[in-house]
Amino acid sequence: MHELALCQELIAEVTRIAAAHDAVGASRILVMLGPLSGVEAPLLKRAFLVARVGTVAEEATLEIEQQPLSVRCTVCGAKSEVTPTNLLCRTCGAWQVEILEGDALLLKSVELFLDTAAEDHPVEQKAAAETTSAQLGNG
Amino acid sequence: MCESCGCAGVSHKSHVHGESGRLSVAVFSDILRHNNDQAAHNREHFTEHGVLALNLMSSPGSGKTSLLEATIDALGDVFRIGVIEGDLATENDARRIRAKGVPAVQITTGQACHLDAEMVHEALHQLDLASLDLLFIENVGNLVCPASFDLGQHANVALLSVTEGDDKPAKYPVLFRAADLILLSKSDLLEFIDDFSPIRAEQHIRALANPAKIFPVSARRPESLAPWLQWLRARWDAQRNGAPRAADTTAALPAK
Ligand SMILES: Nc1nc2c(ncn2[C@@H]2O[C@H](COP(=O)(O)OP(=O)(O)OP(=O)(O)O)[C@@H](O)[C@H]2O)c(=O)[nH]1
Ligand SMILES: [Mg+2]
Ligand SMILES: [Zn+2]
Ligand SMILES: [Zn+2]
Repeated sequence: MHELALCQELIAEVTRIAAAHDAVGASRILVMLGPLSGVEAPLLKRAFLVARVGTVAEEATLEIEQQPLSVRCTVCGAKSEVTPTNLLCRTCGAWQVEILEGDALLLKSVELFLDTAAEDHPVEQKAAAETTSAQLGNG
Repeated sequence: MCESCGCAGVSHKSHVHGESGRLSVAVFSDILRHNNDQAAHNREHFTEHGVLALNLMSSPGSGKTSLLEATIDALGDVFRIGVIEGDLATENDARRIRAKGVPAVQITTGQACHLDAEMVHEALHQLDLASLDLLFIENVGNLVCPASFDLGQHANVALLSVTEGDDKPAKYPVLFRAADLILLSKSDLLEFIDDFSPIRAEQHIRALANPAKIFPVSARRPESLAPWLQWLRARWDAQRNGAPRAADTTAALPAK
């Protein structure tokens, strides 16, 4: 499954960002996924639970923002919202369209725990982490 | 490089300081950035050496290796051909290619579902690129995972065998949308398979907004390969005569 490989890439990036900010961990990772990225959100979430173990993202939640899929027709100029298996122009039916958006596979943002937090609020953080894993476990 | 904090390679839009001890960092980087950078590097190697690199993708058993064998038979005297084999479990495909007198590097490490740019980079340094004209990369037989990973190829060739159903492009839109050429393989079997319609296959491919050419080919009938061989020659000429064509590479990639 390539979702696992992608999570490893994702976590490597988060690890670099955390290190650059002297953070002790990540609490929330926001990813934007387009329908043409070739990545399935539920599979990515499941792979993340495996990939995060023992990393800086161990206690992080992965949130996925779905990018819409839209095209512009090069024949009639119309814009259409489309589906991955039918990208045809919804106005004139032409297949000569260009993708406006829908192939994103982006790390949008990361929320980090800074070092001071670890020392100042160890209890709060642990509690937050437990809720997080409980939520993920159910989902 | 982020100017405000110096994090490697990441351009931050903003640093929002939230509640104490928390920091929200806006990133906006491609998750496959590492692979894409490596692929760009591979492409430079190929282009520099005047090698046309093609990524062959299909379901397992759609006839990738057979097509390569038949292609070597037809063009082996015209082009110096090399092959990178993505069959991770066995040496079988590499052995078949070597039996034709063509160098084949077997990729042996990595996940068994797709090739990535790093694996191809390792393999390409085991080949003498200067002595090659054409490099085929036979990807792992899989219509899902390979589509997400740029390898540094100049073009993607997808095989759709007539035994696997003409609706495959609708079921695997990401891969078939990324194909620069689609070969309907095992076309000698068309007469026995009454429910594969090349016209319907083409309709599914056009519905993905893909203008790629579609040729029926059979590894069993050398004369059927003519359009494919002609496409190869034309691509190779364009590659040799023109500068590296950025527009083509973009079209070949799903995620960029
Ligand atoms: N009739 C017919 N059979 C073919 C043709 N091409 C391949 N085959 C048969 O299909 C089977 C698989 O062919 P391969 O060339 O090994 O397919 P592949 O895509 O390389 O397979 P993997 O590497 O395992 O994914 C073999 O039994 C081939 O003989 C063809 O053009 N016509
Ligand atoms: Mg093979
Ligand atoms: Zn239109
Ligand atoms: Zn190199």
